[in-house]
Amino acid sequence: MTNHWVDIRNADLILAMGGNPAEAHPVGFRWVMEAKEKNDARLVVVDPRFTRTAAVADYFAEIRTGTDIAFLGGLVNYLIETDRIHHDYVREYTDASLIVGEAFGFEDGLFTGYDETEGKYETDSWNYDYDDEGNALRDPTLQHPRCVFQLMREHYSRYTLDVVSSVCGTPRDKLQRVWEMAGETAVPGRTMTILYALGWTQHSIGSQIIRTAAIIQLLLGNMGMRGGGVNALRGHSNIQGLTDLGLLSDQLPGYLTLPDDDEQAYDDYILERARPPLVPDEVSYWRHYERFHVSLMKAWYGNSATAENDWCYDWLPKLSEKLYDILHTFERMSHGEITGYFCQGFNPLAAFPHKAKVTASLSRLKYLVVIDPLRTETAEFWKNHGEYNDVDPAGIGTEVFRLPTSSFAEEDGSIVNSSRWLQWFWRAAPPPGEARPDTAILAGIFLRLQRLYREEGGAFPDPVLNLHWPYRHPEEPSPEELAREYNGWALEDIVDEERNVICRAGEQVEDYGMLRADGGTACGCWIFAGCWTEDGNQMARRDNSDPYGTGQTLGWAWSWPVNRRILYNRASARPDGTPWAENKAVVWWNGQRWVGTDVPDFPVDSDPTAQLGPFLMNQTGRGQLFARDRLAEGPFPEHYEPFETPIASNPLHPHNPLAKHNPGARVFEQDRENFGTFEEFPHAATSYRLTEHFHYWTMHNRLNAIAQPEKFVEIGESLANELGIEKGDRVRVSSKRGHIDAVAVVTKRIRPLQVAGQTVHQVGIPLHWGFLGETKKSHLTNTLTPSVGDANTQTPEYKSFLVRVDKL
Amino acid sequence: MTLRVTRRQFFKLGAAGMATSSMAMMGFAPEPTVASIRHFKLTGAKITRSNCTYCSVGCGVLIYSRGDAAINNIDDIYHIEGDPDHPVSRGSLCPKGSGLLDYIRSESRLRYPMVREPGSDEWQRITWDDALSRIARHMKDDRDANFVTENQAGHTVNHWTTTGFLAASASSNETAYLTHKMVRSLGMVAFDNQARV
Amino acid sequence: MRGGQINLQDIIARSATTVPSPQVRDGGIDPVTKLIDVSRCIGCKACQVACSEWNDLRDDVGECVGVYDNPLDLTPDSFQVMRFNEYENEQGNLEWLIRKDNCMHCAEPGCLEACPAPGAIVQYANGIVDFNSEHCIGCGYCVAGCPFDIPRISKKDSKAYKCTLCSDRVFHGLEPACVKSCPTGSIMFGTKEDMLDLAETRTNFLKSRGYENAGIYDPEGVGGTHVVYVLQHADKPEIYNDLPKDPRISPMVDAWKGVTKPLMSAAVGLAALTGFFHYVTAGPKEISAEDEEAVRADESSEEERQ
Repeated sequence: MTNHWVDIRNADLILAMGGNPAEAHPVGFRWVMEAKEKNDARLVVVDPRFTRTAAVADYFAEIRTGTDIAFLGGLVNYLIETDRIHHDYVREYTDASLIVGEAFGFEDGLFTGYDETEGKYETDSWNYDYDDEGNALRDPTLQHPRCVFQLMREHYSRYTLDVVSSVCGTPRDKLQRVWEMAGETAVPGRTMTILYALGWTQHSIGSQIIRTAAIIQLLLGNMGMRGGGVNALRGHSNIQGLTDLGLLSDQLPGYLTLPDDDEQAYDDYILERARPPLVPDEVSYWRHYERFHVSLMKAWYGNSATAENDWCYDWLPKLSEKLYDILHTFERMSHGEITGYFCQGFNPLAAFPHKAKVTASLSRLKYLVVIDPLRTETAEFWKNHGEYNDVDPAGIGTEVFRLPTSSFAEEDGSIVNSSRWLQWFWRAAPPPGEARPDTAILAGIFLRLQRLYREEGGAFPDPVLNLHWPYRHPEEPSPEELAREYNGWALEDIVDEERNVICRAGEQVEDYGMLRADGGTACGCWIFAGCWTEDGNQMARRDNSDPYGTGQTLGWAWSWPVNRRILYNRASARPDGTPWAENKAVVWWNGQRWVGTDVPDFPVDSDPTAQLGPFLMNQTGRGQLFARDRLAEGPFPEHYEPFETPIASNPLHPHNPLAKHNPGARVFEQDRENFGTFEEFPHAATSYRLTEHFHYWTMHNRLNAIAQPEKFVEIGESLANELGIEKGDRVRVSSKRGHIDAVAVVTKRIRPLQVAGQTVHQVGIPLHWGFLGETKKSHLTNTLTPSVGDANTQTPEYKSFLVRVDKL
Repeated sequence: MTLRVTRRQFFKLGAAGMATSSMAMMGFAPEPTVASIRHFKLTGAKITRSNCTYCSVGCGVLIYSRGDAAINNIDDIYHIEGDPDHPVSRGSLCPKGSGLLDYIRSESRLRYPMVREPGSDEWQRITWDDALSRIARHMKDDRDANFVTENQAGHTVNHWTTTGFLAASASSNETAYLTHKMVRSLGMVAFDNQARV
Repeated sequence: MRGGQINLQDIIARSATTVPSPQVRDGGIDPVTKLIDVSRCIGCKACQVACSEWNDLRDDVGECVGVYDNPLDLTPDSFQVMRFNEYENEQGNLEWLIRKDNCMHCAEPGCLEACPAPGAIVQYANGIVDFNSEHCIGCGYCVAGCPFDIPRISKKDSKAYKCTLCSDRVFHGLEPACVKSCPTGSIMFGTKEDMLDLAETRTNFLKSRGYENAGIYDPEGVGGTHVVYVLQHADKPEIYNDLPKDPRISPMVDAWKGVTKPLMSAAVGLAALTGFFHYVTAGPKEISAEDEEAVRADESSEEERQ
């Protein structure tokens, strides 16, 4: 979230789209209800189904799954053409005024630079025009035909009411109404917050849907504002923390990244990431990349990391693939190219798409290690559970280890919620039986490996033998030690520009501003610097006072970065430093420094006359309407159909088959063969969570099993009538990849949509229940889902695929 | 099956009711009725502050356990409810958070390390030392066999692609940090957590 | 009366008991009320789970019959259930009406009126109507006496059970478990006066959002209740899964209490005393053919409702 849970109450309009917060985040949703009651806010829900969120909404609009870019692109068009944009904000705080090079273009669904054989883009042409000093050219009047604003206007001029209605299946009057309500927040005293979740990420165009939302919030001037922002409601309790700590194939902690294999020289690696400003004098904070990187390497490799060996640069693995994401890994696993696999609190048999492929892949492993507090389907993928997991154990040669771990209630530690708050929790009781904390399990494996390398030698042992392991009890590093390590500490006295010592050797650093690129500091995750300082564990703070009454509670836990609660909050004030509106003020310039209700997201002594942009991490200092070279499928979001679509072509580009689906997406051959067609599987399906359950955990809990005991699918009354299905009937839902059986919930809450001249029915498939636990046994929902991902993140397209429904 | 009282039961039980209430009228007063209120079950409990680890709201929870953490006692969690001090949740919890007790005490909680040998159709109990040693052996054998120091272009890559690791986005930052540190030191790249999906 | 010392002076009515409770203390005792604002309910069932967790109840794991409701109905192990209804309003817009169904804690409780077991049902000065299972004889009169169809008889011990409004929590100064859990503030708790004020605010809010018939459900026919609803359509309580429009204690109970009971008690006299233990354990009486007929009619209409 750019903002935070409680801040939702400061909004005037809440757009819940690509998420169902009442269902998935009921307690966070409280602040939507508070906004309605205390701030007279309106809640608008856009969703394929009338959801639990819709049940308390002021306005509901149905949409065909996977068409959000069309819906939002239409909104961009509406805002520009009806002049409902925050002009000063757009001019001063976004890149609308920057001039784009002549080489950039867009034609019939494809941007310039597309390589048809490779199925990807060369992004060189997606760039600004620069002067001789490397600064982007600007036209503050926004009239230049090649400025970002005019190009964007042209791009979205195709997204008219009729076109959008035809793509989305949303009735025209509903589109119009939602767009109008959003447009009303273009004035300074009103803000819209956008709440989304996996309903946006789990599409082959997921990243670009979110981009479109960001564009809208920039046009409306809603970023950095109280009650504004683009707010990702993350799925798991610490998925934010694991993202922050970089536990992803191409990442390092703190959004640092692993080198590609062509980045052989350390200096090139740093230079590529320590990007300079593109507009004169801007902060472009990633300039300091090397400080964070070197501090990380000192935390990991201690004295072994020296300037002479480029801080152990070659000890980091380099990437030969763009991503070794899970779809890529299971593709390789299915070909027998993976030997071993660890599942630590992760249940891929249930959670990954195309279960049959996952089963076949796991069966080819030599060894599988499952570390979990609970029984999981993955750990028992080899076991025959009748029709629900029909395998022959004798034919599966995988050696499987199942290691019991403690639950949250049985250990100390911290988790990062969606608001970016690091919250410390305490152990209440010992774990059951012989279960151990994960840290002890990992250390147990690692210390054994270290011993084997010490005794036997082996492949590239240096990083294994020299990993910094300073823990008092090496077999079980304590949460306190690990938290202090990722906060960071000084290895020598750290001095400021006036040679004053600001942090003595051995002391915890106060913030990432103290980190050094010369090896003087160690820090495991630079954005967490400040969470455990010389003043102790800041994550354990429990002062919930709220002096400004804005819900910031700066004394509760600790929020990254530097305890800041609303990102980009400098943008809540005008260029001259006064708030755009008193009721939306977050920080302001008091004549000497930036002050306010939050930790300013700005150099605190930077006088407004210096005119620095508020988006410090960007090279332009501005919010990016134009994404330059960062996204796989283009600088402006464009609608493409899901890989399994219920219509014959992309209505925006009916004659260009290359622009039917995301042209930048990666599809493996066996997965492409497993796509179904709408002739055979005519209904658009989407999968989702229910509030009574959490994935495949709570089916093990009696109380939750009672509340929702058996697998069901949701079918609209109209489709049910067509198929002769009544409430409570058992039905079979099939995709090209398999079938599941479930009870039919026949509902008025899913209505047929008119899409591109045809009727489209949508089918809702909750993802809970499996063949273990207290609930009734069932097939796993991901038997049905396709193995294709977003072109940037490779997040699978769980939200849009094709099925057929048959009465049993 | 619903147990509604139908007229059948009404008639059937009529006389019994008549008899008892009439007894009271004749002076047989009941026992003191305050016994209807349950003993307050939180009396004397140890309270531990924690956070729910389902979704990303991060609600504050209060864990109530029996036992005072004395050396001779194994504490036992028996109730969980919301922490009213928490600025987001203010004491409330969703149906998952309200049912956390049954997760902690689930029949499906794992208690011992187990192994399933190739081709077998059953789990076998194994000691921690055996489990961890066998796993380390597998890892080293695979890493030694398949670690890549240079790619075909002669570039240094130093990566290990044949063993992968899925980390848990419900684990703590401390677990996650240690996991990352260890996984990268081994050169692993097929490394993700639920944020990928 | 939250966090107060519990003793007999807090009891204002006991079933089948004519001996009055001591009543000298009457200062500072405010009736409590649970307010359920249906317009804010998302049907998440947090209240349902929190209720079972607090009360140490674990119902059977049921099945899905094609609706979100589960458990499908109140049971001795489920003191409350959520009832979902998809309602198309006059404008043709869909509303998903979700009502938390549990004991209403009537000011004039039909269950208590009907109960023949001395002290098995009590009413506290704060308005809570509580079952004292120790004295319950499992006769089921409370079920017949309840205009909201709330109590259920357990097959395990043949005693009646229902929501206690968490009397154990309330007497220790806490709100009921369901109230505390509620994520959206749909369920609130406080004195009846405060809850009625809040209900009015919420009703006005709903009216400002176009719900012309929004209103408070605090039915007079049972003397008002200590569980009060805010409804978007207070003119049509029946659309909330058959919330009775004008609930009243069954005339049978009135007849039983008003006329029949004293007369019959005199007649039963000593016989009752001698036969007492036999009656309560074995069930005493033959059923006439006429009654059987009525029972069959009753049960078939039960089935239709399922």
